[in-house]
Amino acid sequence: MNSKRLVTAVAAGAAVVMGLSACGGGTSSNGGSTGGNGGANTPAFNAAMTTIFNPSDKKGGTVRVANAGTWDSLDPGETYYGYSWNFLRTYARSLVMFKPAPGDGSSELVPDLAEKLGEPSDGGKTWTYKLRKGVKFEDGTEVTSKDVKYAVLRSTDKETFPNGPAYFEGYLNLPDGYKGPYKSKDVNTDSAIETPDDQTIIFHLKQPFGGFDYFAMMPQTAPVPEAKDTGAKYKEHVIATGPYKFEKNEIDKGFTLVRNDKWDASTDPNRKALPDKYEVTMNVNADDIDNRLISGDLDIDITGTGVQPASLSRVLGDPALKANADNPSSTRLWYTSVSPTVAPLDNKACREAIQYATDRTGYQTAYGGSFSGGDIATNLLPPQIPGASKFDLYPAGADNKGDVEKAKAKLQECGQPNGFETNIAYRAERPKEKAAAEALQQSLGRVGIKLTLKAFPQGDYFSQFAGNPPYVKANNLGLALNGWQADWSDGFGFLSQIVDSRVIRETGGSSNVSVRIPDVDKLLDEAIGETDKSKREADWGAIDKRVMEEAVILPGVHAKSLLVRPKKLSNIFVSTAYGQYDYLSVGVA
Amino acid sequence: MTQHEDNLGGAAIRPAPVDSGAFLQVRELRVHFPTDDGVVRSVDDLSFSVDRGKTLGIVGESGSGKSVTSLSIMGLHKRGTAKITGEILLDGQNLVGMSPERVRLLRGKRMAMIFQDPLSAMHPFYSVGSQIIEAYRIHNKVTKAVARKHAIDLLDRVGIPNPKSRVDDYPHQFSGGMRQRAMIAMALSCDPELLIADEPTTALDVTVQAQILDLIRDLQAEFNSAVVIITHDLGVVAELADDIMVMYAGRAVEYSTAADIFNSPQHPYTWGLLGSMPRLDRERTERLQPIKGTPPSLINVPEGCPFNPRCAYAGTNGDLSFTVRPEFRDVGGGHHIACHLGAEDRLRIWDTEIRPKL
Amino acid sequence: MITYIIRRLFAAIVLLFVVSAVTFSIFFLMPKLLGSSPETLATRYVGRAATADTVRETAERLGFYDPIYVQYWDWVKGIFVGADYSYGTGVEHCPAPCLGYSFRNNQPVFPDLMDRLPVTMSLAVGAAVLWLVGGVAVGTLSALRKGTVFDRAAMSVSLAGVSLPIFFTGLLSLSIFSYNLGWTAVGGSYTPFIDNPGEWAYNLLLPWITLALLFSAQYARLTRAGMLETMNEDFIRTARAKGLPERTVVVRHGLRGALTPILTIFGLDVGLLLGGAILTESAFSLQGLGKYAIDGITNYDLPKVMGVTILAAFFVVLANLIVDLLYAVVDPRVRAK
Repeated sequence: MNSKRLVTAVAAGAAVVMGLSACGGGTSSNGGSTGGNGGANTPAFNAAMTTIFNPSDKKGGTVRVANAGTWDSLDPGETYYGYSWNFLRTYARSLVMFKPAPGDGSSELVPDLAEKLGEPSDGGKTWTYKLRKGVKFEDGTEVTSKDVKYAVLRSTDKETFPNGPAYFEGYLNLPDGYKGPYKSKDVNTDSAIETPDDQTIIFHLKQPFGGFDYFAMMPQTAPVPEAKDTGAKYKEHVIATGPYKFEKNEIDKGFTLVRNDKWDASTDPNRKALPDKYEVTMNVNADDIDNRLISGDLDIDITGTGVQPASLSRVLGDPALKANADNPSSTRLWYTSVSPTVAPLDNKACREAIQYATDRTGYQTAYGGSFSGGDIATNLLPPQIPGASKFDLYPAGADNKGDVEKAKAKLQECGQPNGFETNIAYRAERPKEKAAAEALQQSLGRVGIKLTLKAFPQGDYFSQFAGNPPYVKANNLGLALNGWQADWSDGFGFLSQIVDSRVIRETGGSSNVSVRIPDVDKLLDEAIGETDKSKREADWGAIDKRVMEEAVILPGVHAKSLLVRPKKLSNIFVSTAYGQYDYLSVGVA
Repeated sequence: MTQHEDNLGGAAIRPAPVDSGAFLQVRELRVHFPTDDGVVRSVDDLSFSVDRGKTLGIVGESGSGKSVTSLSIMGLHKRGTAKITGEILLDGQNLVGMSPERVRLLRGKRMAMIFQDPLSAMHPFYSVGSQIIEAYRIHNKVTKAVARKHAIDLLDRVGIPNPKSRVDDYPHQFSGGMRQRAMIAMALSCDPELLIADEPTTALDVTVQAQILDLIRDLQAEFNSAVVIITHDLGVVAELADDIMVMYAGRAVEYSTAADIFNSPQHPYTWGLLGSMPRLDRERTERLQPIKGTPPSLINVPEGCPFNPRCAYAGTNGDLSFTVRPEFRDVGGGHHIACHLGAEDRLRIWDTEIRPKL
Repeated sequence: MITYIIRRLFAAIVLLFVVSAVTFSIFFLMPKLLGSSPETLATRYVGRAATADTVRETAERLGFYDPIYVQYWDWVKGIFVGADYSYGTGVEHCPAPCLGYSFRNNQPVFPDLMDRLPVTMSLAVGAAVLWLVGGVAVGTLSALRKGTVFDRAAMSVSLAGVSLPIFFTGLLSLSIFSYNLGWTAVGGSYTPFIDNPGEWAYNLLLPWITLALLFSAQYARLTRAGMLETMNEDFIRTARAKGLPERTVVVRHGLRGALTPILTIFGLDVGLLLGGAILTESAFSLQGLGKYAIDGITNYDLPKVMGVTILAAFFVVLANLIVDLLYAVVDPRVRAK
C-alpha cells in the first residue's frame, strides 16, 4: 500500500526548530482514567506497541488529523492506501475487519458487517456470509446483502475506479466481458455473487481461494446504496455505515466526520466510537506536521510513515520526546531484485556470491538506520505476517558486514573468480535507494563485482526500465532496487505480486522483476487454494525459503517507522495489521 | 631680482577685495573635506563680495574650487563631511554656522541658483510648471492657481513662447535653451536678491548661449539682483561681469574689474586662460594655446606658488616660486593678484609676449 | 495608447496559447519522444493492480490514443465551449471556461482554481504590501544613512533574508510563534476575507511576514541602490536649491525617481506570486494555487498543471501590462514614445 510524502525537509531548518521547542515535549500529563485491558499510562518508548496506552472509555472531543498529501480516494470501492483502510473503518463497515486490538491481536480477522467469518464450500470456491441485522446507512435505510453485492460489482469498473485493488475481478466468476454495473447494466451476475435473501451473500470464485476473508476485509465490500451511487463522484459523499459520517468534504483539502446517529452500537462489537468528531486536513507540510504532533497541536499524522528525517534525531535525542514515541514495523520489505536473465547472474552461484558479499549494515544505514529504516532482513516475509519465520541462508558474519571469503568461493564456483560487472538500477527520486545502491557498489566491490549505478524516473521505473524484461536483459540491469508492502498482513497479500512469475509481463509494469521459479508458482497456487489457515500459513514460509534458495531477491530491511504518540488522545495502540496507530479506537483524553 | 614694490603696505594689512557694504560678502572662506587620503582643500582663504545689481564672474578650470564656493554659499555642499570656516554674509547674516533649516529658508527665496545642465537639473517626472510652482509655493503661502499663474508669467518673462500651454510640458519636451530659460524662471520665482549661475551655458549650443546670457543680463537689470556667474570660459563673463575673480587650486589668483582682467591681466594663469579662449574677433589661423599641465591635486597642493609646475616664469625669481606662497594682494586700483613676478616683469611679459599672441 | 493596449492584449493571448502548448508538449510530446506509448502514459493514472485492459481503457478515456494536436485541440475547445465528462453513473457537463478534469480525482479544474485563487491572492497581496512598504522604507533609510551602523545592519539582515530558504524561516517561525508562544495561527489556517477580515489577517500574518521578509530584503537592497543613485542626481540638488525641506526632497524627488525600476520588478513579482507561492504555501500548508500545482506535478495530473500554468501565465502577462501602463503614468518620457 503506497503512501506519499509530498515534501522532504530542509534538515538545517528543523535542526534549529529542534533546539527551540524541545522543552515542549518535556512533561506529559496523561490524566486519563485507568481503564481495563492492562493498559499503560506512563510514557515510555514503544509503550503503545503491545498494550493500550492511556486507556479510557471517555467519549467526546475532536481528533485532529493531518495528511501531508491527499487520499487516493475516500470511496471504499477505490481506495488502496493502507492508512485509508485503517481510517475508513470510522465511516464504513466491510464484511470482515482486522480486530482493533494492540499488537499481534490486530492480525486476527473478525466479522464486522457479517455475523461471522466466511464459510467456505466447494473446496474454497464458494464463500458465504450472513449479515448482521439492524445495520443502517446514515439515511436510515437498512443495509442488505444487495448493497454489498452492488459495492463489490461497482468496484470492478476500473475505468471509473482505476486506483482500487483488482482482486475481485480477478477471482470472482463474473460473466465474460463484464465491465461493472454502469456499463454492463442488467447483466446477470449471480454466477459471481448471489444474494438469496437480504442477509445472505454468496461469492463464487473461479478457483479456490483459502484466504477469502482477507478479500472480505477489503473496503470494497462496504455496502453502497445503488440509489445514492454517483460513480466517480461518490467519494465526495460516501454514505456512511460506520459510527461517523461526512459533514463536509472538500476534495484534496480536508473533511470533517461527525457522529452518525443511525449507527447502532448493538450491531457493532468492535467499535468504541469515542470522539465526537474527526477533523482532517490534507496537503499539510510534512515537517509542520511533526512540529505540531510534538507540540500537541495535532493528534494524528494519518499516513503513519513516521517522522521526517529532520525530526528523527530530535525525537530520538530527547528522552522525553522518545518516551512519547513508538517504533512499529510495517509489512514492507526494501530489497534488491537479482535478475537471473542477465549473465552471469543466470548462474545461481554468482547470485549467491552477491548475497554473501553484501554488507547488510550498509544497506540498513542507507535506509535510515534501525529506527526509521528498519531491521536487517534475511528473508522475505516480514515477521508480523502469520506464518513468517526468520531464517538466514547466507550468514554474513557476526557483524553483518558480509562473508567475503564465502562470496569469493561462490565466484570461483560460478566461473567468475575475479568477479564481474553488471548494472544496478534505482529510482532517481529516491535518495535512500541511491545510497543503498552505493553501499552495494562498495561492498560487492570487495570481491570484484563491479556495479554501475543507473538512475531511472520512478514514474516509469517498472513499466519501462527495471520492470520491463526486455529492457533489463538488453541493458544488463543485473540488480534493481525494489520495495514492497503487503496489501494486508498476510502471506498472499505480501507475496503474490512479487514472487509469482505469472505476473511478469513482457511489456513491463510488474513489481516482480526477478522471480521466475516454477516451484514457487505451484506452491503459490496450493497455498491460495488452502482453506486450512495453519497449513496455508506454513505454505507462505515455504515459498519464502524457496525464493531465498534461488538467491533472486537480496533482502534489505523490514521497514520500521518512528511515530510520535498523540499527546491528547486516549486509547492509543499500534495495530500490527497496519503498522500504525489504530485510528478507529482512539479517544480524546 | 625685482622688489615687491607694490607690497608697501606690509603684511599686517590683509588686503581682501571685500566691500563691507555689499549684499554678499565672503571672507576668508575655507572649505575642507577630510578624507582617508588627506584633507582636500577645495576652497582656501577666499574672499570676495558682490553688490546688488552687480555681476561677479568666477573663472577657473574644473577643480579650482569655484563650484564648491557657490555650493557653500547655497548651503548645498555635502553636509557632515565638509569643514567650512570663514564668513559668508548674505545681507549681513552669516550663513556659516547658521542652522541648515534657516539656510534652507533663505535658499530659493533670497538666493537662487542655476545649474549647468538643465536637462538633468530638472526632475524628469514633473512638468516644468509644477516644478516652478513647487519652488514658488515653498516660500509663498499661495494657492496652486495663483502659483500657476505666477509660473506662466515667469515663463513668459524668460521668453518662452506660448507659456500657458507649455507650463504643463515636461522637461524632455523642451529644447535645451528653453529648458535653461525654464530653470532661470524657476530660480527667479521668488525674486532672489542673489543669483548664482554655475556654468549656465556650458551645456548649450553656441547660438543659444548668447541668448541665455542676454536673458540673465536683462533679468538682472530688472530684478536688481547680485549675480555670480561661475564658468571656466572667460568669454562667457566678458560682457556680463562687472568684476572677475580667477581661481586656481582653491584660491583666488587674480581679482579685478572685467575691463582690467581683459586689458591688463597680470597673472600668468589668467594669461593662460585668455590664450585658450576662442575669440571670434581674431583670425582663426592661430592655434588655441591650452595651458600646459593639469590642475594640481587639492590634497597635495604644490609648495610655494600652487601654479608653479605649469608656470613658464616660475624660475625667474630664484626659488621663490617653489618655496613661498605668493600673497594675494592689491597691486593698485583694487586689482589683486597672487604672483611673485615683479610689476615690471608682469607688464613686460604681458605686453611683449602674451598680448601679441592673443 | 488604445492601439498599444489592444496590441499588447493580443500578444498576451498569443503568449497564453504558446505557454499552454509548451506545457502540453512537455507532458505528452516529451514522453512520446522518449518512447512512451499511450499505455505507459496511462499506467500513471491507474492503480498498481491494473490489468492491461484497464490500462487501455484509461488511455482511451484520457484520450492518449489521439494525436497530440487533437488532444491539445480538445483541451482548447473545452475552454470555449466546455466539455462533457462521464463519471460512471452519469455525465457531467463542465461549462466554459472548462480547463478539463483532474486525471486523479475527477474534479473539474476551473472551479478548483477559483477556489484556491483567493488564498494565493490573499497571501501574495498582503505580503506584497508588507515587503514593499518595509523594503522601501529600510532601503531608503539605508541609502540616506549610507555607511552607518543602521545601513550595515540593515544590509546584513537583508542579505540573510534573501539567502534563507522559506522552508527554514517558515517552519522556524511557526515553531516559535505558533507552537511555543501561541501568538500566531498554526499552519494551514485560512479564513476568507469576507467571512472575517480580522481572522483572515491573523491567520495569514505569519506567512505574510515570512514571505515579505524574503522579498523585502531584495527590495531594500534595490531601493538603497536606486536611492543612492537618485540622490546624486542633479535634480535633487535643484530641489534642495529651491529650499525644499529634506523630507520633500527625499520622498517627492528622490523616491519617486528611485521607485520606477522597482515598480517593474514589483509588478512581475506579484504577478508570479499570484500563480502560486509554492514554497510558502507548502511551508504553511495553505491550499493555494502553488500547492495545487505541486500536487498536479507530483501526480502527473496534467489538467491541474495546465490550469495553474495558464492562470499563472495570465497573471504574469497581466502584471506586465499593468506595469507598462503604470510606467507610462509615472514616467512622462515613456508616454511620449
